[in-house]
Amino acid sequence: MSQAEAIYALWLREFKVFTRERSRVVTSIINPILWIFVFGGGLGSSVSIQGVNYQVFIYPGILAMSILFTSVFYGVYIVWDRKIDILKEVLVAPLSRTSIFVGKVLGGCTDSIFQAFIMLFISFAVGVHLSLSAFLLALLILFLLAMSLVSTGLIIGSLMESPEGFNMIVSFLVFPLFFFSGALFPLENLPLWLSIIAYIDPVTYGVDALRTVVLGVSRFPFYVDLTILILFAVAMFTVGTKAFERMK
Amino acid sequence: MASEPTLELENAIETFDLTKQYKDLTAVDHINVKIKQGEIFGLLGPNGAGKTTAISMLCTILKPTEGTAIVNGYDLLKEPHNVRKSIGIVFQEPSVDDILTGRENLRLHAMWYGVPREMRVKRIDEVLKLVGLESRQHSLVKTYSGGMRRRLELARGLLHLPKVLFLDEPTLGLDPQTREHIWEYIEDMSKERHMTIVMTTHYMEEADKLCDRIAIIDEGKIVVMDSPGNLKETVGGDIVCLKMETVDAERFRKISSVSKVEVQEGYIALTVKNAGQNLKEILDVAGKIENVEIRSASLNDVFLNYTGKEIRAETGEGGIFERAMRERTSR
Repeated sequence: MSQAEAIYALWLREFKVFTRERSRVVTSIINPILWIFVFGGGLGSSVSIQGVNYQVFIYPGILAMSILFTSVFYGVYIVWDRKIDILKEVLVAPLSRTSIFVGKVLGGCTDSIFQAFIMLFISFAVGVHLSLSAFLLALLILFLLAMSLVSTGLIIGSLMESPEGFNMIVSFLVFPLFFFSGALFPLENLPLWLSIIAYIDPVTYGVDALRTVVLGVSRFPFYVDLTILILFAVAMFTVGTKAFERMK
Repeated sequence: MASEPTLELENAIETFDLTKQYKDLTAVDHINVKIKQGEIFGLLGPNGAGKTTAISMLCTILKPTEGTAIVNGYDLLKEPHNVRKSIGIVFQEPSVDDILTGRENLRLHAMWYGVPREMRVKRIDEVLKLVGLESRQHSLVKTYSGGMRRRLELARGLLHLPKVLFLDEPTLGLDPQTREHIWEYIEDMSKERHMTIVMTTHYMEEADKLCDRIAIIDEGKIVVMDSPGNLKETVGGDIVCLKMETVDAERFRKISSVSKVEVQEGYIALTVKNAGQNLKEILDVAGKIENVEIRSASLNDVFLNYTGKEIRAETGEGGIFERAMRERTSR
């Protein structure tokens, strides 16, 4: 009971910070919009894939990308919190480390989901028409993706001492996760090496699930995507609680 | 619960060979202290003496490499959660959240420490009033001055009515007026709430004014532990400083009231019994001098006495005249 309230308080702190730092929201939206309208729009004027205009085709991939970047980079805030010493107050409070981790994950997911909302509303401008059920299902997929990726960012953040170090490590992680996920290309007819890496990349299944829901095209059955996404979330969440247990 | 209730404990804190060993440095070296309920206990020492490390272990921030301590009846190693619940901490580095308002900081703290919902608003109002931050409670902390942050930090430490309050250099870098205020709060808490207070400081005046007992700590070890009054008596008299060009220590050693002679560059410091009565004799022996300063022994002299070092190590040129000037101006 008291831990539930403590988790709520941890989330509340993250939420207040989020609403007060509007630049976080604005910057996280700008990149995906550039991808969709400049890259997608530019290439889409002469290219279409599987009978779908390229701009529309990459829309689910860009949805996943925006969540990927926001979620993993959220981990940098825990590095900052520690650096400017405000994390200490939380670490010496009578809270379990699991509660602290859960509070932080929920805080990060809130940021990501808010962004997902905005990105899903942009669908009209791209020419994608989402039914309510597709909208909600896409939100669920993005939430699962956010939970695993926020956890990933927090795990790395719990190990790093400087924000610069964090950014470097995470850049090495996030860009491959994005490029190999098939966000920008279909998974059919890939060279073997590329398809192997794509199948290892967990973000691939998020992109594929989103394509199922948004475009009705996919590489894997929906239940396979969903199972892998859930397993990925559970795994990162478990590792995350362990990482926070060991964090100084 | 594993431990007996904490109501009738005589000692709020008892340490058993508490030690923190880093690779080639023993930051805290087998410390054994008993701190009584309601006592204001000071850890005094220069920067790097191990004060913060000691207090961090007692707050469960750092794990001891050897030994343990009982805080409010709970073992540090076995029941850190219960220790945390029963203590309040005011950090040396401010840890209040910049992006939140003062009141929001307190509200979150109350939720983390499980202050019952019906008491929360009342307690927050109380502590805000106590530290005089009511009018600024809805401003973001980033607009606060250093002193206000420290006061908010103190308010937060007191919010959940801890049995033991740890203060790590509570007045470091604050202006004299704010410092006086904080001293008042600390004394009030001790008197009215019978709160046990453990503080570190390297300000002599602070330790002297506030603490019931002081442990002088140097290189991780407790050098001596007693009340400030008793400690100052161990110096054995007043301090007379003579500023003169040519110093001949031997002449002063022959004076019967002089117990100690210390030659520094440009001046000589004498420890003298009843300096007021014996000053004439000293001045006769000294001959031509440029300046004379008489003061009663301070904790710094105690520290010097026991460790042979100046406590204000970080100020480098801690000459006795400069220090005397500083002490006068800070009073």
